[in-house]
Amino acid sequence: MDMKVSKKKLGLKEKYQHMTRGLGWETTYQSMDEVFPYAKYEGIKIHDWDKWEDPFRLTMDSYWKYQAEKERKFYAIIDAHAQNNGHLSVTDARYINAVKLFLNGISPLEYMAHRGFAHAGRQFPGVGPRVACLMQSLDEIRHAQTQIHSLSNYNKYYNGFHEYRHMLERVWYLSVPRSFFDDAITAGPFEFMVAIGFSFEYVLTNLLFVPFVSGAAYNGDMGTMTFGFSAQSDEARHMTLGLEVIKFILEQDPDNLPIVQQWIDKWTWRGYRVLTLVGMMMDYMLPKRIMSWKEAWEVYFEENGGALFKDLARYGIRPPKWLDQIEKDKDHISHQAWAVFYNYAAACNFHTWIPTDDEMDWLSQKYPNSFDKYYRPRLEFWREEAKKGNRFYNKTLPMLCQTCQIPMLFTEPGDPTQICYREVDYKDNKYHFCSDGCKEIFEHEPEKYIQSWLPVHQIYQGNCFNEGVDPTAEGFDPLAAVLDYYHLNFGRDNLDFEGSEDQKNFDAWRGMATKNT
Amino acid sequence: MGVAAIKEYTFEPADRLENFHGNQLLYIGWDQHLLFAAPFCLPMPPAMRFGDIVEKVLPGIYGYHPDFAQIDWSKVEWLKSGQPWQADFDKTLAELGLKHKDALRFRTPGLNGIKGSAS
Amino acid sequence: MSKVFIALQTNDDTRSIIQAILADNPHAIANEQPAMVKIDAEGSLVVRRSSIEELIGRDFDLQELHINLISLTGHVDETDDELTLSWNT
Repeated sequence: MDMKVSKKKLGLKEKYQHMTRGLGWETTYQSMDEVFPYAKYEGIKIHDWDKWEDPFRLTMDSYWKYQAEKERKFYAIIDAHAQNNGHLSVTDARYINAVKLFLNGISPLEYMAHRGFAHAGRQFPGVGPRVACLMQSLDEIRHAQTQIHSLSNYNKYYNGFHEYRHMLERVWYLSVPRSFFDDAITAGPFEFMVAIGFSFEYVLTNLLFVPFVSGAAYNGDMGTMTFGFSAQSDEARHMTLGLEVIKFILEQDPDNLPIVQQWIDKWTWRGYRVLTLVGMMMDYMLPKRIMSWKEAWEVYFEENGGALFKDLARYGIRPPKWLDQIEKDKDHISHQAWAVFYNYAAACNFHTWIPTDDEMDWLSQKYPNSFDKYYRPRLEFWREEAKKGNRFYNKTLPMLCQTCQIPMLFTEPGDPTQICYREVDYKDNKYHFCSDGCKEIFEHEPEKYIQSWLPVHQIYQGNCFNEGVDPTAEGFDPLAAVLDYYHLNFGRDNLDFEGSEDQKNFDAWRGMATKNT
Repeated sequence: MGVAAIKEYTFEPADRLENFHGNQLLYIGWDQHLLFAAPFCLPMPPAMRFGDIVEKVLPGIYGYHPDFAQIDWSKVEWLKSGQPWQADFDKTLAELGLKHKDALRFRTPGLNGIKGSAS
Repeated sequence: MSKVFIALQTNDDTRSIIQAILADNPHAIANEQPAMVKIDAEGSLVVRRSSIEELIGRDFDLQELHINLISLTGHVDETDDELTLSWNT
């Protein structure tokens, strides 16, 4: 009897079809609108969810296989790093402050991304995007875990890593990344996907992971390099998903275009503001520098982003707003941000310092239009004062932007000598902004941003002291009380790198690692 | 435009005046002196004399800068919400019409920061 | 014409992959950075399974790329035999 032998293995396309379709159904006990209550209120119109296609055509069985492989590689390296006292192979102990900032400011966002994608996946009526969101949600919790795990090796030896979870909701500067993600996760599922899937993952994460992580490798930090690249290997898939989201939404209905464009404008700007921290890490916190923030911006945003938006023009999408300002700012923001952290080093859970002479020369060379003229004089002044025992610690709380929550450190586009002030009156209250971008984002949804938990205002409202603390008592020290509330140890976690416990310990241990005495 | 939401969405502002225990917030920035990396936020009683802020509060927050001691306060130019503003040291914040979360800037002509760099 | 790129970790697994990509895309330029290689190409770039298999002497599933992939740009089109990155403009 002739029997047709069926093909042994399904092709990639067929397998993807089988494993991502026919998994959903039209509900009958409850209406689809009740089961998916967030699917329509944002105004996005979807006519055919089956048009969704994951370009990588990754299915859950392959997903587990490759992720398991990545984990094995990751833990092999992390173990080797720990067993070999890897923390002593970094260029110098100042570097460790960059990874403190990473653990405190970025890893918790990975966890929030996990929650966000789980939520968005649950809310989409289409099966294709739900599978993609599920994978991304799992990726994100893996990133949070691998980062925490990897950086816990540093926590054994250095200060400032110990309470990242507690600090996230309290410490002033951490309200910047936290509020960014809270803003995204409290939006609807489509806005979340455009915010995080597209604007953050596609347009901006390369700047975070690629040059910074390559920089970690360059500075001898195998642990960070490993979690960074391991995370980034998922990121390529996330970026592809982000681009697919945009194409899918735009192809479904012409009415979706203006909504998506507004989200792209908003989230590119919001993400760009958060990346100020990364700019500062690259220019000031890596003892061995790989590329400047400005160069990374040019490669990963201007070149790649330029190609992307040129491609999306066929849908009627234009490049994000305020790019002209961003173009001018790239010479300045990393220096301005470092100045803020240098000012407020007493209230930080990492150390700051004045760059060495060669580092300043590197900055002059990378920033010929700005560094010597505007930033070197202030760094040299601070250095002179510090030598005299008068290191500058700013003890007065700064004015914050209502939208991005960053201290108002940014200058007028085209005038680096003038702080940029913008304000809006809304329902008898005044609100202040660092930029036209942040102001316009507020004006679009004022009811959302009037709720901002601005750390400076919260301190003045008396909400940032431990229970039982009496701010009216005689001799009350507000800074000490706030640091207690943060669980930040004065003199260990904060202040200048010079003279810090981290500096002394690193020197002593490295000495022990290379000598017999 | 409010916010896209599945039901009514209105909230009290987190920073309304009543939350500050009798103080109001006053923002203050010294133009061309970015050694202080951002303007300041100060909680002040509305009955505070403006001159007391300049004479008793500002030295504590700006005194680190060598330009500060050189300031001739009679020549200082004040701006409120970016517009020229007439200061009066003998009036209180309330009498000067300064409201909760008003932003003041001051300019000190001739004093342009460390080595003229606006620092 | 816009550029696409693919960035891979520098390790033993990727040595042959990078070599295959460069052979299949004469217009591509490899840019070596600490611990990684970024391959830039005008217009489009193709990763071909058969070329990799020839170099490594075993079967290769293109999805194995995920293990060592760092980043990429452009529209992705993946089949069993090829992964193509391209821009439409």
